[in-house]
Amino acid sequence: MLFTKLKRVIRSGFLNFWRNAFLSTTSILVMVITLSFIGSIIFLSAILAASLDGVSRQVDLSVTFIPEAPSSEVLALKEDLEARPDVSSVKYTSREEALEGFRDRHASDRIILQTIDELGRNPLGANLTIQAYDPESYQDIAAFLEPEHALGADENIIYRINFRDNELAIERLTSLIGAVERFGLALTVALAFVSVLITFNTVRLIIYTARDEIAVMRLVGASTRYIRGPFVISGILYGLIAALITLALFYPMTFWLGEVTEHFFIGINVFTYYLENFVQIFLITVLSGIFIGGISSYMAVKRYLKI
Amino acid sequence: MIYFEEVSKMYPDESLALDGVTFSVEPNEFISVVGHSGAGKTTLLKMIVAEEHPTSGSVLVSSEEVHKLRGEAINRLRRRVGVVFQDFRLLPHKTVYENVAFAMEVAGRTEKEICSDVPHALDLVGITRKTWSFPCELSGGEQQRVAIARAIVNQPEIVIADEPTGNLDPENTYEIVQILKRINSLDTTVIIATHNTGIVEALKNRVVVLDSGKVVRDTSNPSLLV
Repeated sequence: MLFTKLKRVIRSGFLNFWRNAFLSTTSILVMVITLSFIGSIIFLSAILAASLDGVSRQVDLSVTFIPEAPSSEVLALKEDLEARPDVSSVKYTSREEALEGFRDRHASDRIILQTIDELGRNPLGANLTIQAYDPESYQDIAAFLEPEHALGADENIIYRINFRDNELAIERLTSLIGAVERFGLALTVALAFVSVLITFNTVRLIIYTARDEIAVMRLVGASTRYIRGPFVISGILYGLIAALITLALFYPMTFWLGEVTEHFFIGINVFTYYLENFVQIFLITVLSGIFIGGISSYMAVKRYLKI
Repeated sequence: MIYFEEVSKMYPDESLALDGVTFSVEPNEFISVVGHSGAGKTTLLKMIVAEEHPTSGSVLVSSEEVHKLRGEAINRLRRRVGVVFQDFRLLPHKTVYENVAFAMEVAGRTEKEICSDVPHALDLVGITRKTWSFPCELSGGEQQRVAIARAIVNQPEIVIADEPTGNLDPENTYEIVQILKRINSLDTTVIIATHNTGIVEALKNRVVVLDSGKVVRDTSNPSLLV
């Protein structure tokens, strides 16, 4: 009995869907827009997370030592730093490597190279490049490198800590990305919400056109569930088809945007991201579609059942 | 079978649709409720299927007080009463067959029963050749036949018809009346509401006359009305 009813409800849902082809198409198109917004939230948050991560990775703390600093002391300091839990890596550049790097950078500037040659000695000190797990730890690490902590204060071998120079820029960039992230997400969520409302109203309009039908069903003694079932099934079908269309549209869209995002933002290609996270994006889109379609229909029918 | 006891209905705009209506309908009777537009005929019929509720008084169908029924009990009552409307009210996206089958599906009948009863009902109202048409492809008279087939397919104890011939020409009116008489002869109580005294005369059955919500005459001799 239950099986027969279920079968009839599903069949009727499919038939309604098919026979109201124009209205079905309209609501599928509206839902495609909604689901695209929801999909954009996924992509946008991935892009922003990757950008923030990328900026954090670009930030480092570079310590330049005076040329006279003994390499044993520099290496000892390197070991001390590596022992800290907030430090992810420390890269040592010897005086010779620093000079070589300097020459490479200024290979086209003959005057500078001549000056170096004329000096007859290496004017550059060794260098440590420190990367922290969290950009906020640089403050602590810089403090750790102050002479009184690291070197017993008798002799300062550190020529310069360049973090101080970048500090302001880094802080600004971090807070800018944070603000963009919040604003972008808030905007997308607001747009997604508006388009959910539009979908809801479109479905309501479709069901409004069926209000007389619902009244007739009521008067021949159909139960609430029996009337509502086919509408909910149609709603779920709208959502499902809209989700599949949206997922298909994401393919060329992310392919086209992939290059742009890879170069403009830091190292994320949305196309690769889409392919790598397809299962997750598929589930989120399809389930959102089914949920929005089903719930909209369920609630819209309710109004016309009071006979 | 059906009892109206001191039934009054006041609409929210303070208009009085029914005013202390009392009468009863016996099983297998064919009665016509007659009156001008606004006399309260439609309100009276709607009360039998709990589509309208009385402001005071009570309506009993097979000893059940209609307006105390809730939820599934109302659905069960509606499946025992076939309703025919002036504007047919067929489901536009269903074929003739599906419209009639729908009433059986709702009542939880099996596919086998549906397959055997629907053609029978369509045959009884003479619309078999249009079985697979949609309502928009039918004339008014044909749509009304489908509506009657839907009303009778579950073999209800009662069929109520609200101005069933209101939108039809004289020829179709005559045929619809003949179909309703045939249904009555198959042991079904039939109540029709109409303002067409020609039908009432042709039927030669009991007539209840409503005027401004009151029963002003209840007679088995319709010729007296003219």
